[in-house]
Amino acid sequence: MKKSTLSDPFKEAREGKGFGEMNDQNDPVVMVLGHKDVRKCAHNWKTFQSGGEEVGRIVIPSEVHIRETRQIPFEVDPPEHKGYRDLLDPWFKRPLEDAYQAQLTDIINGVVDEALEKGSLEVVEEFSLKLQSRALTLLLNIPYEESELWISWGTHVFRSEDTALDADKANILYDYIDAQIDKAIANPGDDLYSVLLASEVHGKKMTKEEVKGVLVLTFAGGRDTVINAVTNSIAYFADHPASLQRLRDEPEIMNTAIEELIRYFSPLTQMGRVVTEDTQVCEHAVKAQSRISMCWAAANRDERVFENANEVVLDRKVNPHVAFGFGTHNCLGATHARQIMKVLLTTLTQKVKSMEILGCKENIEDLDEFERKVGFDSIQVKFNKL
Amino acid sequence: MAKITFKTSDGKTTTVEGTNGSVMELAVQNKIKGIDGDCGGVCSCATCHVHVNPDQWNVTGAPDELENDMLEFDENVSEYSRLSCQLKVSDALDGLVLTVAK
Repeated sequence: MKKSTLSDPFKEAREGKGFGEMNDQNDPVVMVLGHKDVRKCAHNWKTFQSGGEEVGRIVIPSEVHIRETRQIPFEVDPPEHKGYRDLLDPWFKRPLEDAYQAQLTDIINGVVDEALEKGSLEVVEEFSLKLQSRALTLLLNIPYEESELWISWGTHVFRSEDTALDADKANILYDYIDAQIDKAIANPGDDLYSVLLASEVHGKKMTKEEVKGVLVLTFAGGRDTVINAVTNSIAYFADHPASLQRLRDEPEIMNTAIEELIRYFSPLTQMGRVVTEDTQVCEHAVKAQSRISMCWAAANRDERVFENANEVVLDRKVNPHVAFGFGTHNCLGATHARQIMKVLLTTLTQKVKSMEILGCKENIEDLDEFERKVGFDSIQVKFNKL
Repeated sequence: MAKITFKTSDGKTTTVEGTNGSVMELAVQNKIKGIDGDCGGVCSCATCHVHVNPDQWNVTGAPDELENDMLEFDENVSEYSRLSCQLKVSDALDGLVLTVAK
């Protein structure tokens, strides 16, 4: 098996009972695995809610014990959700603008050039984290230099080596965002903090806590996911030089290639919901106040929807993947993420002849019933110039 | 050449002309409000959802199974819903009227 392979640990359960079970910190989760069931649950926000009282409970592993700030609009249900989402959507579509893409191209060119100069480097810390952090300055519309601090935090902002969640570490981020909000109040500019502080939702000015909720979501939601997508892309093209050559020869398949890699990687394995009434998923009874999750990674390998689901088919034309979620709460950062992938793949085809994996440590998520490789803790790669 | 009319949520009606590509691409090129085409046309994002004028349902035809599945749990779905990334611009679509779902 190639190093870049991400196998499907859910097949048997998905095709059998249709769900899996995970005991997350004594707050069990029924994991919904099939493509249709996942979409059905994501659609039914009344029975499977995001905005319950216990902030952080829909995240798996649960963040109930490490976070009090409600992430917005992620942990708000309709109809309130719409006011926040309508405010944020135009800002998070800015990656479609030419000027944004030009700046993103500069950033990614810089990261790839650094890699080519070094020759060999550890991709997670020295490539993906840098790329993700620098690109995030564009999304927030703040100076590039701010990324240096975020890079210095390392990849593990929310966890330490021995535990999935670490409150002290998470507080570094929350305290930082508090300080940035105060700075924006004292000295407003055209950054996301200032724009939100000056905005109204449902006829009321956004509070500091609400602004913090948007920023915590933006930082947390776009960190490990983007790092995994970028790192897995490097590993994939290192293992498949013919695919890199194909993208060089057929740039017209760029769009389908991006969607296919995102499907295959599914950088976010799952997302939870709190059940509001006694009901069933996959003919399995679930009680009010319990939790389910929609397992995007399992749904994206459903053979009933995707032919050769475990293969990367770069020109897959119909690809209804749910890697960015589905329905009301689909990923707010998807436009930014897709542009990162587009610029990264384009830059690799222009500058990189080939890459070689020298060594790696896999990042395996322990989901009780399943073990899923989501990417790498570290991966040493040699970059060869075109 | 096909002239296609989009009715958008702001009450505007816009008619645009196209010769090839998908209806979603045509709408994005012409900045039709509510058609984003985030996924570039692979039937994943449902940000190109339109309602076909019922009288012209025979012009577009019904969605195939996968497209239908994606629409099934979309917001504002109707019996005349289509994802416009799956509609190919051609002479056959000339005069088509679409109401943007979002």
